[in-house]
Amino acid sequence: MSAPRLLVVWCPDWPVVAAGQATGVPVHIPAAVLSANRVLACSAQARGNGIRRGMRRRQAQGRCPELVVFDDDPARDAALFEPVAAAVEELAVGVEVIRSGVVAVPARGSARYFGGERDLAERLIDQLASSTGVECQIGIADGLFAALLAAHRSVVVAEGASAEFLAPLSVSELDQPGIAGQGCAELIDLLNRLGLSTLGEFAEIPEREVAARFGTEGVRAHRLANATQERPLDRRRPPPDLSITQHLDPPVERVDAAAFVARGLAERLHAGLASRGFACTRLNITASTEHGEQFSRMWRCAEPLTPAGIADRVRWQLDGWLRIGKGDRPSSGIQTLHLEPAEVVLGSELQLGLWHGAEQAAAAERAGRALVRVQGLLGEQSAGTPVVQGGRGPTERVRLVPWGTERSVRDDPELPWPGRLPSPSPATVLVTPEPAVLRDTGGAEIELTARGELSAAPHVVRSGWVTGLVSDWAGPWLVDQRWWAPERAALLARVQVVLTEEETGTQTALLLLRAEHDSPQWMVEGVYD
Amino acid sequence: MPSRGALAPLMSHIGVRTASELVVHGKDNRGEPVESAEVGRVLPVPEALAELLPWRGLRRGGTVAVRGATSLLLALLGPATSAGSWAGVVGMPGIGVLAATEFGVVPQRLALVPNPGAEFAPVVAALLEGMDLVAVRAAAGIRPEHARRLSARARHHKSVLLSFGAWPGAEVELHGSTARWSGVEAGSGYLRTRRLVVEAVGRGAAARPVRRTLLLPDSAGGIAAAEGATEANPARPRELAG
Repeated sequence: MSAPRLLVVWCPDWPVVAAGQATGVPVHIPAAVLSANRVLACSAQARGNGIRRGMRRRQAQGRCPELVVFDDDPARDAALFEPVAAAVEELAVGVEVIRSGVVAVPARGSARYFGGERDLAERLIDQLASSTGVECQIGIADGLFAALLAAHRSVVVAEGASAEFLAPLSVSELDQPGIAGQGCAELIDLLNRLGLSTLGEFAEIPEREVAARFGTEGVRAHRLANATQERPLDRRRPPPDLSITQHLDPPVERVDAAAFVARGLAERLHAGLASRGFACTRLNITASTEHGEQFSRMWRCAEPLTPAGIADRVRWQLDGWLRIGKGDRPSSGIQTLHLEPAEVVLGSELQLGLWHGAEQAAAAERAGRALVRVQGLLGEQSAGTPVVQGGRGPTERVRLVPWGTERSVRDDPELPWPGRLPSPSPATVLVTPEPAVLRDTGGAEIELTARGELSAAPHVVRSGWVTGLVSDWAGPWLVDQRWWAPERAALLARVQVVLTEEETGTQTALLLLRAEHDSPQWMVEGVYD
Repeated sequence: MPSRGALAPLMSHIGVRTASELVVHGKDNRGEPVESAEVGRVLPVPEALAELLPWRGLRRGGTVAVRGATSLLLALLGPATSAGSWAGVVGMPGIGVLAATEFGVVPQRLALVPNPGAEFAPVVAALLEGMDLVAVRAAAGIRPEHARRLSARARHHKSVLLSFGAWPGAEVELHGSTARWSGVEAGSGYLRTRRLVVEAVGRGAAARPVRRTLLLPDSAGGIAAAEGATEANPARPRELAG
C-alpha cells in the first residue's frame, strides 16, 4: 500500500508574498501577515529580526519597529496563487492546489518525460522564476505529507524511503493546514507529553493501538507519519450526475458577482452529495467563457468540504482567473461553471459535533437555503442576520450582515460605552430619523446648555410622525463623539419622552436625538412601542 | 381512493385537523397545559402570552396577527429562537434588533429582509419554507387572495406566519393598547416598565376575546402579567404654566 510519488511545489511565506505583491511593498522590507492579532506568516527579513509565527502584534512590532503589517486575506492569497499554479501546469499534468502556496503534481509521468526527477524540479524552478517571479522550493517523495516536508527542506527522497525520511522529524510537523485535520494541534501536544517526540516513534506504534487510543484523528496522523496513504483506499469514484453545471446569464466578469454565484452552486453541490451520503474531498472547478476558452483547476482538502468550504474555493478560483494579467485571463465573461466532485468520502466523516446538535444544524441549513433563495430574488445585500456590537445608540449597536459573509463584530459590546442608553431598547428604530421640534411651556425651543443639560423641561413634541404633549421625560444621555478630531467631532444628546393622549390616557414613549453641530436639530430616533 | 400517505398533506393544506389536535384544542379552553405529545407542534411563547393564545403557544401552520405594539411581536419570537428555531422578519426595516435580543431573540437565528419591495410574496414564501417563524409587515395592506395563499403555505410547511398589522384570515389577532409607562420622572430615571392591555380575538376556538394587562417590558426587560387588574396611577399631565 505505497503512497503515490508526488512532487510538491512550495512557495515559502506565501501569505506575505501575496500581500506584498498586492500592495507593492518591496521584498527587502520586513513584513508579516496577522490574523486575530497574532503573526500568521512573516517574510525572511522579518524572521531575521526575530519575528516568529504566533507572536502577538505588539511583541512583533517591538522587536522590529519597521515591520509592515498586513491583514490575513485568504481570497487574496488564493487569487494571486493562480498564476503560479498555471505556470506549474505548463510543464506537468494533474496539478492539484493543496492550499494557497502549495501545489502537488504526480511525479512519475512528468519526470520520465523530462529525463528524471531532478531535471523536472530544476525546470519547474526556472519556469516559476521566469514566468511569475516567485521563489519556490521543491520536494519529491512518496505521499503528500512526505513530499511537502521534503519541499520544506528542498530534498528529493528516494522511492520507498519516505518513512526513513520522516522518522527523525518532530511530531509537530504534523500540523500542516490542508493536509492534516483540525484537531491536530491537540494531538501533537498529547504526543509530546507522552514522550513521543519524533514521527518515527509515533509510527512504530501499531495502527490498531493508535485507533483505540487516539481515534480517527490519530489514525490519520499515524498514516501520515508512516508515509502510507492518508486515507484508506476504499474511496469511490462518484457517479457522474453528482457534478453540477451552471449557465450564467449574463456572463460573470466581476468577482463579487462570481462569489454570489459560487454560494448557490456550493449549496446545490453539497446538497446533492449529502442526499447520497457523500462529502467531497477533491473538487474540480471548470469555467468556460463566451469565446469558448476553458479553465480548470483541482482543489484538494484534508477535511470533507462543507458548503462554505466549497463556496470559498470556487470564489477564490474565479477571483484568481479574473485577476490574472492580460493574455492569460479569460477574454470574456465566464458563461458556464462546472463543479465536479473528483473524490468523495462517506458523508459520515462530515459528522457534526456532538455539542452543536444535529437538529439545530439541520434547521440552520434549511434557513440558509431560504436566505440564499431570497438573495437570488433581491440581491446579495438584501437578506442577512444582525450582529450586536459596541456603541451607544440603538442604530450604531446593530449591523446587518448579508447572508454568506462573516458575522464579525467590529466593536466589543462588552466594553463600557459611556453614554450608552439603558435597556429596554426601542422596539422600532427609524431608518432615517424624523426631524422634530421640542418646545417648553413658553414655546421656546429646547436647547442643550453648555453644561450638557436641557435648557428647560420639554412640554410638546411636534414632528411629521407624531405630535403630542410631553407628560414625562428623562435624560439627556450625552455622547462626545470623536472629540479628538475637531472637524468631525459632534456632541450627541438623547432624551426619552413620554407623550400622553388626553382622551384615552394611552402613552407613547419616544427616543429623541440631537446632534450639536452647525445647525442643531432634534430628531425622533426610535419608538418604544 | 388515495392512500393515507397522500391524503395527509392534502388535509393539512385545507386546514383539516387530526382528532388528537381537536382534543388538545378542547382542553385549552379550560386553560390546561398542552399535552406533551403536542409540544412539538406548538412553538413556545412567554408564559404571560400563553394565556392569550389557544394551544398556549404558536401552533405550527397557523397565522397570527399582532397590532399596536412591535415589542409584542418581538416577545413572541424570543422563546422559539432561544430553543433553536429560526425566525425571519420581512418588510420591517425599523425593527429594533437590540430590543429583540432583550426579549431573548438570538440574533444568529434572526433573518432580516428589510425591503422586499414588489417581491414581498415570493420572499415570504421562500422563508416560510426554511424557517419556523416568519414575521411580516405588508407595506400597503395585502390582497386577501395573496394573504390566503401565504397562510396556506405556512400551513403546508408547518411554520408560523406572524403579521404585524391586520391579516385577512388570521386565526388569532393580538392587539396591544392603552400603554402606560413608568420609570421616568421629570428628567431623572429612565423608561423601565410599561403596562399594556393586550386583547386576543380569534376565529373558532379563540372566538371569545381574552383581555389581559401585561408588563411589556417588565422590570427585568422581559414580559410578565401585571399583578392586579387595577390601573396604575393615572396620567399626570404637566401643568401648563409654572
